[in-house]
Amino acid sequence: MIQVVLKIEDLKKNYGKAEILKGISLEVKKGETKVIIGPSGTGKSTLLACVNRLVEPDHGRVLLEGEEITSRNAHKMRQKIGYVFQDFNLFNHLTALDNVRIGLIKVQKLSKEEATQIALEQLSKVGLSEKASLYPSQLSGGQKQRVAIARALAMRPKLMLFDEPTSALDPELIGEVLSVMIDLARSGMTMLVVTHELGFARTVADEIIFMENGLIVEQGPPALIFSNPQKDRTRQFLRKLTELYGEERIK
Amino acid sequence: MSFWQIILLSMPKLLSGLTVTLYMTVFAASVGLFFGIVLCLGRVYGNKFARLLSSGFIELIRGTPMLVQLFILYYGLPVYGIRLTPLVAALIGFSINSAAYQAEYLRGSIQSIGTGQMKAALSIGMKKWQAVRCIILPQALRRVIPAWTNEFIYLLKYTSMAYIIGAPEMMAQAKFIASRNFEFFKVYLLTAAVYLSIVWVLSFVFSHLEKRLRIPGMVVTER
Amino acid sequence: MVINSLPVLLKGTLVTVELTILGLGLGFLIAVPVSFAQVYGGRVARLICSLYERTFRSIPLLVLLMLVFYGLPQIGIRFAPFVSCVLGLGIRSSAYQSQIFRGAILSVGKGQTLAALSIGMTPFESFRYIVFPQALRFSLAPWTNEFTIVLKDSSMAYALGVVELLRQGSYIISTTYEPMVIFLTCAAIYLLMTLSANKLMGYVEKKLQIPGFETKEVSH
Repeated sequence: MIQVVLKIEDLKKNYGKAEILKGISLEVKKGETKVIIGPSGTGKSTLLACVNRLVEPDHGRVLLEGEEITSRNAHKMRQKIGYVFQDFNLFNHLTALDNVRIGLIKVQKLSKEEATQIALEQLSKVGLSEKASLYPSQLSGGQKQRVAIARALAMRPKLMLFDEPTSALDPELIGEVLSVMIDLARSGMTMLVVTHELGFARTVADEIIFMENGLIVEQGPPALIFSNPQKDRTRQFLRKLTELYGEERIK
Repeated sequence: MSFWQIILLSMPKLLSGLTVTLYMTVFAASVGLFFGIVLCLGRVYGNKFARLLSSGFIELIRGTPMLVQLFILYYGLPVYGIRLTPLVAALIGFSINSAAYQAEYLRGSIQSIGTGQMKAALSIGMKKWQAVRCIILPQALRRVIPAWTNEFIYLLKYTSMAYIIGAPEMMAQAKFIASRNFEFFKVYLLTAAVYLSIVWVLSFVFSHLEKRLRIPGMVVTER
Repeated sequence: MVINSLPVLLKGTLVTVELTILGLGLGFLIAVPVSFAQVYGGRVARLICSLYERTFRSIPLLVLLMLVFYGLPQIGIRFAPFVSCVLGLGIRSSAYQSQIFRGAILSVGKGQTLAALSIGMTPFESFRYIVFPQALRFSLAPWTNEFTIVLKDSSMAYALGVVELLRQGSYIISTTYEPMVIFLTCAAIYLLMTLSANKLMGYVEKKLQIPGFETKEVSH
């Protein structure tokens, strides 16, 4: 039986008069990677933030493996949800190793030795074993984002959320982050990714979700969405994206 | 009297006053540090009631002269049967005052850290106060060091006000010496020189310490 | 009680305001050339001015007041208490204000001047039209802060016997024996003044605001 890891039901969010999310429902099954694309300012990031309750939704439910996430159990559920930010948000006062380790020690209450072992393992998975003792400011953007991914993975999450993880990076640094994400997707991690990297989407996504103005316009397998989108808006957006970002980086 | 005679005669008394001055400064800065952190956390992360209380208190203290605060403590409280010695009144007054200023410095420092750090801490499952303790405060406290060393020096200078309610600090000693030998100009010049050297030495020591406590990438701009 | 004492307290408040404005004005007059010399002056001028600034930032106001009022007469310079206070407040404030202006000018950045010169402005024009408008905005918040500091510290004129707000308060107390009520009233008057100064300057700041040009600073 295929297990549903994340289920979002009719999620709505307003900021004052502005309706950011107008009722979003979607599912991510175990091992699936779903990619959300769409113009900026259409609520993609807000949607991710509502999943782990960094933003409190006004309406609707979010379930992780069948258990509803509420503001009460948020800090427990967040341990099972890895979150990768656009601007990394590494803890500035901690080394790369401590960044990965702190959640294990302070939240999961592991011993220091155990935490160190797991953290080093994760750092080596993202190819940064030698950088363990460096502070965030001593790392490049791509390295920072890989540490941030390691930090999220160290908590052994059931689900990984990526909020435009490569948007703040210089073009030459995007590849190293994407390749970590591709490996992760192929290893069977359940992932929900907001990105403009169509190459990534084409390579690993099981489904593409096109969002605009707080609604899902169209969703389907990448082959269908990219080659033969059903809606005009999707077609226009994809054309614009290709113009803006040029050819895809990952073939 | 020559300047040398003045120095020779007044230095012992001035220095004994200086110990009181330094004692008051260190005391008020330390107590102020503790309550400053509490006030700041109340104002930034507290519930509605705590926020209102802390910000009201902070604005009240920062909006009124220190001398008025000292007068209220020293002359006002006896109305309710609470009689403080000049030194105790000064210690309490300076501590309260410093707490308010230190709270504001820390608040500025917390605001400069940005919300991303808090979000990241929550996203790995920390509770709010855990995030404040493990992620926000360690950074904010480092960033606030230059402002706090500044506050320490401000405080050192402002403790001279305790003389007005009769605490035996350096200014009071200077006044005492001068009213004995009538060498007002020389004695006050000497007092000014002592303050000047203490402040300069402290500034030098503090900026040295700040450099040593620095973490790569956590550069704090000096004011 | 409070109402009866208000007319007298307001008379004192007027003196407090006079002290503040004159002290601040004197400080401003000294600070402008001092800060200019520190930014644009030669080595000697820079050294002298920064020594001036550091010295008068390091001496407590009260010591300065004592020096002016009790000390200077011994070398033949005699000032009334009120004038002594204006001098003390002004000299000390000049040190802080010159620090504010210097910082503001420096934070505008060399690129702005270079760009101004590159389109053919004279050094004066580049200061007048490019550096000054930006520096003014940078210095507004710390200057408001300095204003409230001078206002609050004018209470130290009490020590020289100037009949400002606090001294009027203690005169009333000597006949009414109500120190708590009177000093709290004094505090309220001070609070009202500092709060309205901050409000006013906040308004001015908003008026002068340029999008994307933030002038945040934590100040004493």
